Amino acid sequence: MSNKGYNANFINRQSFIELDARERATALFDAGTSRELLGPFDRVESPWLPMQGVTPQADDGCVVMKGKITGQAAVVVALEGAFQGGSMGEVSGEKMTAALDLACADNEKGIPTSAVILLETGGVRLQEANLGLAAIAELMASILVLRKHAPVICLTAGTVGCFGGMSLAAGLASYIVMTREARLGMNGPEVIEQENGVEEFDSSDRALIWAIHGGDQRYATGLADALVDDDTPQVADAIRRFVSKGVPPVHRSSQVALYRNRIEALDSSRQWDPKEFRALWATNGSNEEKR
Amino acid sequence: MSEYTGVRGTVWFRALTGQASPMPGDPKSVLTADAPLGNDHARFLCVVPDPHARFPCARHGEVGLEEAFTFATRVREAIEHDKNTIKRPIIAIVDVKSQAYGRREETAAIFLAAAAAADAYGSARLAGHPVIALVVGHALSGAFLTHGYQANRILAFDDDGVIIHAMHKEAAARVTRRSVDELEKLAKEIAPMSYDIRDYAKLGLLHKLLHVENPVKPSRQEIRNVQNELVAAIADARSGPVDLRNRLQSTAARETRKASLLVRSKLEAQWLEK
Repeated sequence: MSNKGYNANFINRQSFIELDARERATALFDAGTSRELLGPFDRVESPWLPMQGVTPQADDGCVVMKGKITGQAAVVVALEGAFQGGSMGEVSGEKMTAALDLACADNEKGIPTSAVILLETGGVRLQEANLGLAAIAELMASILVLRKHAPVICLTAGTVGCFGGMSLAAGLASYIVMTREARLGMNGPEVIEQENGVEEFDSSDRALIWAIHGGDQRYATGLADALVDDDTPQVADAIRRFVSKGVPPVHRSSQVALYRNRIEALDSSRQWDPKEFRALWATNGSNEEKR
Repeated sequence: MSEYTGVRGTVWFRALTGQASPMPGDPKSVLTADAPLGNDHARFLCVVPDPHARFPCARHGEVGLEEAFTFATRVREAIEHDKNTIKRPIIAIVDVKSQAYGRREETAAIFLAAAAAADAYGSARLAGHPVIALVVGHALSGAFLTHGYQANRILAFDDDGVIIHAMHKEAAARVTRRSVDELEKLAKEIAPMSYDIRDYAKLGLLHKLLHVENPVKPSRQEIRNVQNELVAAIADARSGPVDLRNRLQSTAARETRKASLLVRSKLEAQWLEK
């Protein structure tokens, strides 16, 4: 800390969260190496939204970019949280899945290609319902294949967070990078309150929400691999680190016995204080080393 | 929502395996059994309601933390066991209300539990196990992603009690700020929004619709027919690639998922440009 009464690091930060999807994706590549694929000028839009009186977007809220990260081929797919809550429709879903499949094909051809997915999403776009859900299932299938060859890195920076079916896609990723502002969970607080009442989850309790879903908690309990400040160079640095690290020896979603035992050891008869839970699953910052 | 959730799963699990109990050490809410199917010995898995389940938000047939990790364990066990031998078919009997909506579940990362189950099913498929989903009741949202949606082939009954959807009607209406009536009207015109399994079939994701007069009380002949359809789907899965490409290449998908196909062809072309 400085003694000037403010934190110079904070003042000098280049916010990542304030960037839109296109700027976020660009910021992760080695300077001058990226190009967008199937951009807004290609105008591949959702065919389903106009049928319901909803204005589509020329990129369907999904930005695909190819380029180099630490000199190695990489594809970045970023969801735009500001369009339909970053939800997965037929087109945005297929863009992400097809991009990962192409990266996979390149790996098979001997061109090592990593993937970074920027998830700011509530999950399925309900106006495209079953095609959104199917898109997520197919995306998950593609992550499973690609991550054998190259790391699939999930970055959720905020402020939308990553929820619904897309949290499963995050769960399959090789590495998860989060900020303190980001949230990751299957069911958002509103949904839980609707389904099981305010006693189960008070969706107006913001402190509770972040204490459970927030990046700080996810990292401290070993469910995320890196916690970064809302600072673009720091975010990009974390991504580079995981690209260099390559495929982890074992993926988190394959560590079934470890997590099944952990669940079995929990006292399910009452709600837990998130701090108490953190003590139970604490990794003491050793997330990266343990895998 | 449905008096059937769980009933149909139990009925079909028993009909196809002759058993109805969990494996030792498993929660009562997950049934797993190996049973003969054609020339194979297949592994069947199903979620059933357990009113005394350890986690209170998973007592009505939801997929919760324990259910998801049990699926992951039992599917991985089959992969490991069949490593150097014929890969047994894995049949996910699907009748799932939803994922468990609870604070404990979120705290203990149900997203990872669900991903672990999907990982296991997907890994089984990639290892060469024919994975077949048989949708006999509800297949909703994250629950279907967890249990069934990684299958090589999906079979479903063409029956009003069968619903495959991203969200149940009441919640979907609330989230999209529509009345249930409005939602139903829209769903009639827009295939991916429909709650009718016959409309779902238009998306090209299903391998086949099967007919059973009363899925809660199938006749012996109907059970035999379903077994034959499973055997045929297994053979079909074994003869094809282990990915999910078939879903986008089906005749129905070529019609309904034109936008997906366009994305694929354009992205492929642009990927190769310098």
